[in-house]
Amino acid sequence: MSTRTLISPAQLARPRGKALYWVCFALVVVLFTLAFLGPLYWMVSNGLKTTQEAVQTPPTWVPGSVHPENYQRAWEVMDLAKLLMNTLYYAFGALAFQLVLDVAAAYSLSKLRPVLGKMILGLMLATLMIPATVLVVPQYLTALDVPIVERNLLNSPWAIWLPSVTNAFNIFLLKRFFDSIPKELLDAASMDGAGPLRVLWSIVLPVSRPILGVVSIFAVVGVWKDFLWPMLVLPDPSKQTLAVGIYSLATSVPENVLIASLTIASLPTLILFLVFQRNIMSGLTAGGLKG
Amino acid sequence: MSAPILTKDPVVKDRRPRRPRAGAPHLPDGEFGKNLRRNITAHGFLIGAVLCFAFFSWYPIVREFLLAFQKTEDGNVSWVGWDNFVTVWNDPAFGQAWRNTLWFTVLALILGFVVPFVTALIINEFRHGQGYLRLLVYLPVMLPPTASVLLFKYLYDPGYGMFNEMLGVFGVPAQQWLQDPDTAMLSVVVASTWMNMGGATLIYLAALQGVPGELYEAAELDGAGLLRKVWHVTVPQTRLILLLMLLMQIIATMQVFIEPFLLTGGAGPEGSTTTVVYLIYQYAFNFNNYGAAAALGLLLLVLLAGFSAVYTRLNRAEQD
Repeated sequence: MSTRTLISPAQLARPRGKALYWVCFALVVVLFTLAFLGPLYWMVSNGLKTTQEAVQTPPTWVPGSVHPENYQRAWEVMDLAKLLMNTLYYAFGALAFQLVLDVAAAYSLSKLRPVLGKMILGLMLATLMIPATVLVVPQYLTALDVPIVERNLLNSPWAIWLPSVTNAFNIFLLKRFFDSIPKELLDAASMDGAGPLRVLWSIVLPVSRPILGVVSIFAVVGVWKDFLWPMLVLPDPSKQTLAVGIYSLATSVPENVLIASLTIASLPTLILFLVFQRNIMSGLTAGGLKG
Repeated sequence: MSAPILTKDPVVKDRRPRRPRAGAPHLPDGEFGKNLRRNITAHGFLIGAVLCFAFFSWYPIVREFLLAFQKTEDGNVSWVGWDNFVTVWNDPAFGQAWRNTLWFTVLALILGFVVPFVTALIINEFRHGQGYLRLLVYLPVMLPPTASVLLFKYLYDPGYGMFNEMLGVFGVPAQQWLQDPDTAMLSVVVASTWMNMGGATLIYLAALQGVPGELYEAAELDGAGLLRKVWHVTVPQTRLILLLMLLMQIIATMQVFIEPFLLTGGAGPEGSTTTVVYLIYQYAFNFNNYGAAAALGLLLLVLLAGFSAVYTRLNRAEQD
């Protein structure tokens, strides 16, 4: 699988080229590892230091004494179990809402093609052109007092779940995938008497597994990473997500305990990434340019 | 334009009765009923997402425009015309916030645009360990930003931070980083680049795989060196992706919020990291002045809408 790149294979085949290649390779591997794993190593190791050692000048590269109990302290003092459960609840709730409502919408737009469907899709995609941060203020006011139904969504999981559905990019991705499913397949099913829901459930969804996986991972990670919105709509500390909770407790706990809690907050998405890295990376490039 | 059809085309004649015109006499009742039912089902599938969009996207967009020209006092809403814009304009932080945001965008383009591209070029050259290098670069993207930003806050600490320690190895004197108005923004950009460069790098890598190798061979025959090959082959070949990413980065970095908010408390030393979005946040949630926040937001929206429009047009061209 050697495709031709910048440096010619002939140059690389020469002894000098070979030596240079391996030197550069080793250098880059070391440099990248330092740059990207270094801060993570620092995070894990500083969580293991005593408070005194964590803030001493000059810093130490290896903890003088190891204190895994910091992690336990972080878990208890910052009530991470609660924050973690909240985050999981919001993330998987948002996933469920997106899977049901966005898939249904994309299926309708792609295969059922209702009147005004094109216009609705256009209006959805148009929201991608509005800078997200500009909408935070009016969105917050909406969550404060939802028009017509007149509900206050502050401190309720709906404030996370419902806005997460308005992901025009997901709908676009799903619709494009559904578009690629041959019409004959669906026609054959409806000929056999299957209704639209049955067609969606037994034909469209099974063949769409790859794209559903990608959308799911991005949905969960999205909630996990979000900061500004949950900070605004979940002011009650007992309802907060990990990202927000850690920020609001940051100044009240010792450094080593806080850093230990950063490690704990990072672990779930890191594990998710290591397990599903193939899907995530392919989804990222297949999904076009929206990173 | 095709010429009008003069001969009787059986296909055209055939097509006419099928057009679903309500109430047309030649339309069988079943057909119309079936169409109606199909449409009701289709809209049933759509309704959930449409309601969410209506409440949390479309209505807020309209409201943003309304808010910018309104004032809310003790629950009473009144029209104030351009007053909010005047308030925002006369705020001494206004100019600084825009200058800072532009400065951040420029720095983020120099770092955040060039670094991922060069990284992708480097990774693409290796025949080994590509998977590992890709994994490393994308790792920070998966961290919650709160975690990465607080992590960098500690790394930047002038006393016990690792940055000064590492630079000390090369004999560089200790810096104040986030506490110094001159380096605060740069420090924010470095952290931001580390956190976010993974996605762009992977997209560039995918684009680089599409560059035909023969072009490099041809360039070599013309005696082109490494840099010339990059400039005359790689860059033109990945031009569209580069342009799209550039636009996307401008749009994203103009909206920077979390990095300065968590690293320097928003304003930073002498207001050196106050950004436009931070100012919006302050108006809305610290001063309860939604009108001013919306006016400022509208200015940002108008500015970014131009970039968005170009982006969408190019992106559509790319997908076709």
